[in-house]
Amino acid sequence: MNLHEHQSKQLFRQFNIPVPQGGAAFSPQQAIELARELGGGRWIVKAQVHAGGRGKAGGVKIVEGEAELGQVVNAYLGSRLVTHQTDDQGLPISRVLVESLSDIGREIYLGALIDRSTRRIVFMASAEGGMDIEEVAATSPEKILKVHIDPIAGLQPYQTRKIAFGLGLSGKQVKQLAAIMQGLYRIFTSHDVSLIEINPLIVTTDGDLLALDAKLGIDDNALYRQPDLMAMRDTTQENALELEADEHGLNYVALDGSIGCMVNGAGLAMATMDEIKLHGGNPANFLDVGGGTTAEKVAEAFKLILSDDKVRAILVNIFGGIVRCDLIADGIIRAVREVGVSIPVVVRLEGTNVDQGKALLEASDVKIIAADDLADGARKAVEAIRGAA
Amino acid sequence: MSILIDSDTRVICQGFTGKQGTFHSEQAIAYGTRMVGGVTPGKGGQTHLDLPVFDTVADAVEQTGAEATMIYVPAPFCADAILEAADAGIRVIVCITEHIPVQDMLRVKAVLDHTDSYLIGPNCPGIITSGECKIGIMPGAIHRKGRVGIISRSGTLTYEAVHQTTQNGLGQTTCIGIGGDPIQGMNFIDCLELFEQDPETEGVVMVGEIGGNAEEQAAEFIQNHLSKPVVSYIAGVTAPAGKRMGHAGAIIAGGKGTASDKFAALQAAGVTTVDSPSKIGAAMAALLS
Repeated sequence: MNLHEHQSKQLFRQFNIPVPQGGAAFSPQQAIELARELGGGRWIVKAQVHAGGRGKAGGVKIVEGEAELGQVVNAYLGSRLVTHQTDDQGLPISRVLVESLSDIGREIYLGALIDRSTRRIVFMASAEGGMDIEEVAATSPEKILKVHIDPIAGLQPYQTRKIAFGLGLSGKQVKQLAAIMQGLYRIFTSHDVSLIEINPLIVTTDGDLLALDAKLGIDDNALYRQPDLMAMRDTTQENALELEADEHGLNYVALDGSIGCMVNGAGLAMATMDEIKLHGGNPANFLDVGGGTTAEKVAEAFKLILSDDKVRAILVNIFGGIVRCDLIADGIIRAVREVGVSIPVVVRLEGTNVDQGKALLEASDVKIIAADDLADGARKAVEAIRGAA
Repeated sequence: MSILIDSDTRVICQGFTGKQGTFHSEQAIAYGTRMVGGVTPGKGGQTHLDLPVFDTVADAVEQTGAEATMIYVPAPFCADAILEAADAGIRVIVCITEHIPVQDMLRVKAVLDHTDSYLIGPNCPGIITSGECKIGIMPGAIHRKGRVGIISRSGTLTYEAVHQTTQNGLGQTTCIGIGGDPIQGMNFIDCLELFEQDPETEGVVMVGEIGGNAEEQAAEFIQNHLSKPVVSYIAGVTAPAGKRMGHAGAIIAGGKGTASDKFAALQAAGVTTVDSPSKIGAAMAALLS
């Protein structure tokens, strides 16, 4: 789960990480009231969406005077922002962040995430602030400073000094960076963070450090113990079909192709997509119905796949381990009847009780194309679409 | 021979009296696994499935000589269960549970680094030595005793590899599902090392997927240290970047962890790669003939 910038900055304040004065507004009126409290005649307005690249996409504006502020906020709210990190539909803007302006001396990148290969939280910093860190990593990896944190010892002062001096900071800035990094580390470990980024962290013209932006990603598996963060969830920023799938215990990711997939197991679901591509087709989705599949789940999965009108054939690929193939076959037959599937359905079953499952499919009156293995299933699904075209 | 577990391995179950623990303990017993008891705090002294229940893993180890455990407790309690097993001296700890917070695993790994325990999982189907010992949720019936070792990040793709090597008569020594989480117990290299030393394992199937660089590291290890043939398949060629594909660890992040990078690294290391899981069995048969 991702947090909005204004939510992340709220957390930053609690942990004494300096951020610009400001707050969230859900209406032009609210924005104007907020601006009056902030004072000054110019402010920065930032569209709140769960995607990077907002600046280049026109989602960040400096405004002068209340009239312009009202106009800009009014135009943002209710519209959608398309950035290089969103799809071409973009994400809806339902709130903005209004802040006082800051005097930027220099820009720095500071972030932390979990490094899989060292199994440590790693802090990364770069003097190339404001830039996409992935781009820096790709073009000049030597410019990224890293420190790995032992989970038992925690972040040590020498590690914050290493980053500070590496970035060319001096005097009070070294202590300021230490405080910011310790704050980030405490947020990271106490809030089950998976990614935290300040890009840019600026040195103001007065020589003080200030977090101009804030990005936080939370480990979904830990949300059960983070009720405060759970309450901040903004589902308007998430894919509607994926949300619906989630409610039914299904793992679904929408793709662009025309062959809908229903598979048990994440690895096999990806392999099924790959196999469709290998046979000249394109998968419409990733869908893992999970290990403990029931007939009801199968029916929900069918509905979900069919709600995507690009889908012109469905490939069901089940390797029954604990789940029995005859149960799955029964679920497919019921779902096809109940949902009224009018496009070709190719079914590959293997594993526990596979013969009973195949017999059920054959004996039923629903039209199903049986496949022997994964490759055969993908081939038949691709052929079914060509035949129909 | 086999790796990690065999017909003599004494196995307990943590979360023994729960629904999952009960079901999979029954399945393990039916397969011939030497189950010697289980642990459910507060139910010590009772009998379940004709086996003794203990309050703590330490009690179970002391009274049954258990060397392996399978953990079927809910995700919030898994870190504790794994650490309890390690503290009691359990050698092989198998954690099936999905959705464990990743920072729990960071701490667990930091502690396990200082013990002799092997952790398999979490978020995995478990480990099975064909015809001898099954610790996990895999269907026992598709396995046959044989010559191939299997390592996989995915459950059902493991079953594909098992099914094919059973169908073509190769059979398996031991199959390990190392799990789909970003931070897991044993990795590919840990398993490859053991398979290399096992005289009965003649070839190894390695099934990877997008995310992380474990396959790239394994490729380097194979090139330098493995004398046995390896067949590998990587899932997720068509997976979009930045999207988590079911498994917590299956995500292309910052352009890293793509299937094509992994395929390339494995091919450069002399590994036989297949572009479809349907071809795993045949490719291994060709290498071992």
